Amino acid sequence: MRAWVPILLMLAAPAFAQGSGPTPALANRQLADPAQEAEAMRLMHSLRCIQCQGQSIADSDAAMAETMRAEVRQQIAAGQKPQDIRSWMIDRYGEWVSFEPDIKGSGLLLWIAPFLIFFAAIWLARGLFRRRT
Amino acid sequence: MIAEAGLAALWLAAAMALLQLVGGLTLLRGGAGQLAPLVKPAAYMQGALCAFAFFALMWLFYVTDLSVLLVASNSHIDKPMIFKLAGTWGNHEGSMLLWVAVMSVSGAAIALLEKRIEAKTLYATLAVQGFIALGFFAFLLFASNPFERLVPAPLEGAGLNPLLQDVGLAFHPPTLYMGYVGLSIAFSFAVGALLTNQVGPAFARAMRPWVLAAWIFLTIGIAAGSYWAYYELGWGGWWFWDPVENASLMPWLAATALLHSVSVLATRNALRAWTIMLALVAFAMSMAGTFLVRSGILTSVHAFAVDPERGAFILALMLMYTSIAFVIFALRIGTVKQGEPFQLVSREGGIVANNIFLSVILAIVLIGTLYPLAAEAMGDKISVGPPYFNKATVPVMLLLMLALLIGPMLRWRRDALMRIKYWLIGGAAILLCGGLVAWRLAPGTGLFPLLGIALSLALAVAAWLPLRGRKLLRTPLPIFGMVIAHFGIAVSVFGMAAESGFSKETLTALAPGESAEISGWKVRLSDVKPVVGDNWVAVEGEMLANKNGNSFVMRPQSRHFFKPEMQTSEAALLTRWNGQLYAVIAQPDQEGDGRWQVRLWWKPFVTFIWFGGGLIALGGAISLFGRMFRRARKPAINKWEPA
Repeated sequence: MRAWVPILLMLAAPAFAQGSGPTPALANRQLADPAQEAEAMRLMHSLRCIQCQGQSIADSDAAMAETMRAEVRQQIAAGQKPQDIRSWMIDRYGEWVSFEPDIKGSGLLLWIAPFLIFFAAIWLARGLFRRRT
Repeated sequence: MIAEAGLAALWLAAAMALLQLVGGLTLLRGGAGQLAPLVKPAAYMQGALCAFAFFALMWLFYVTDLSVLLVASNSHIDKPMIFKLAGTWGNHEGSMLLWVAVMSVSGAAIALLEKRIEAKTLYATLAVQGFIALGFFAFLLFASNPFERLVPAPLEGAGLNPLLQDVGLAFHPPTLYMGYVGLSIAFSFAVGALLTNQVGPAFARAMRPWVLAAWIFLTIGIAAGSYWAYYELGWGGWWFWDPVENASLMPWLAATALLHSVSVLATRNALRAWTIMLALVAFAMSMAGTFLVRSGILTSVHAFAVDPERGAFILALMLMYTSIAFVIFALRIGTVKQGEPFQLVSREGGIVANNIFLSVILAIVLIGTLYPLAAEAMGDKISVGPPYFNKATVPVMLLLMLALLIGPMLRWRRDALMRIKYWLIGGAAILLCGGLVAWRLAPGTGLFPLLGIALSLALAVAAWLPLRGRKLLRTPLPIFGMVIAHFGIAVSVFGMAAESGFSKETLTALAPGESAEISGWKVRLSDVKPVVGDNWVAVEGEMLANKNGNSFVMRPQSRHFFKPEMQTSEAALLTRWNGQLYAVIAQPDQEGDGRWQVRLWWKPFVTFIWFGGGLIALGGAISLFGRMFRRARKPAINKWEPA
């Protein structure tokens, strides 16, 4: 019987566990338009839940992630472009929030690197064959 | 008493490692070698002592001896027995002890079993092994003593992270560690062969089983870890490009490349320097992996036993070992003779392509993983996540698959594409048709999933072609192993492409009696009730999933753990041949109207990902088995088989 007490407590817990008030409606609900929802999903997968350990806001139960999901869906529904929403998030939470660094500034080298590596590798291998045939 | 005995065994084992190092070195230096007869017994003793220490720790967890700090802070008297035992390695100290124990036992196995390389190279290898072991003993004894006592002993213990209280814990970390350790053995062989100038087919054949075994364990470890995260984290993701995941992927990529190049060295005596290089990189990557995981220097969803100071210790070890190894490499590489020549269109050429693409992927993953650290050092706090890794690596992976379609069909030394033109045309036709059909069935699918599906269909056929024209009963087992592993790649990539291209998601809130729809399934929430476990309580939803008149019960839970306090969701998975229905019950909905948040996914062919992973490992195991069997029967002759 004793074990039931925590269960009863727990059933009531979520009501005040969040602390930051009730969860915004769009946190765990999809947008009606599948195209818009897909767009929102794609964006949510590329935004970091800054309260969590390396999860995107699309796959976290944290209160912060819920707030951010709701924000993304609201702005998408209001017709905002994903890129603008990302900038809005970056303005608020810093570059850290975006899983996809910009192709400029400190992120530039990151995007060039794969090409450099690829061509360097091919070039090295060409030397290998030329020498050996 | 047991704890003190375990600690004493570790100190003695460290002394044995030192003896192994000194004995091996004196022999190498051309000394009288009075210590040489002690090297092998030292390796046996080291293995036995470390095994003893590990089982001593396991015993302490078995009896939940709370006077031991490690047990008290990671276990709990009420924990189920399997998790008590698995808790032995579910923490930093225990996992390092496991690492050292496996490494020492492997060292003993080399000393006992390896008879095909020159004695001098064997002793050099054991000396290197002792040197690596010494570093890890220092780390264990000075920075992470697993046997430390706690006074006074607490009454019940702090418990284990609920996310870790899963059968996955019993298997996942040990398999990855076996892989890492196997690569450390390959490293010892490589440095040993460099020191004695024995880089050739005999060395490659001695090293190959260790690389193969390491690679099998890494494959299983990664696949199991991915499935574990998939059902445990509750959002249906199976790969997050998280630093810890990358830390296990990078050694796997290096090991895969090494596995292929070592076969070329064993068979054709080519790619000598390159194989040594890959062996060094593979071990460096497993140390880097351990460093990234243990230091907590990068934020990760899987970081469970983190300590920055210890990370620094591992970093120092890694820098020491790899820099010494690369110095030896640089000094000796001039003496490693050029291997046998070959042309671009040849089996060797295909394997070089494999090595290049794998190395490029490895470099991209490494840069992407470390980039945030570099940026932070420059004052920018940025994140590099899935969007980057997918865009940067998937094209190279697709190229790799393209090479895999052709490579195994080519002959050694030199070949002509004209010889296999009908197979090439056939492959191109499957590619085209597969792509077109997938595109017709689901217009609007991304380019990567489409190409992934087309390539995996073509590979599913092409993988079997090396068997054509062979008498199946007389075909060596390693050929079957190769074919099965390559087919496994096709299966796994098909699953990945299907899941990422065609998954469906429904997020909703249901009151008992209401239902939701997804991909032709009707899911009714019939009941919500409380459930009690050993150390948790949960809200359990009972769902009836219905499709084409077939009905199934699913019971997802939202669990609340007490020691330590934590909320987790236990997804319910319904597996069909063509995919999985993934159901999660979360919190009550906010309006207080008796509804519960429910998340549903239909993930087409998602199980193929891990099934394919299993096939890949199975292929490796068949190959390893065949090789051991043949080795037991007769000494190997210089005849090619794939790794």
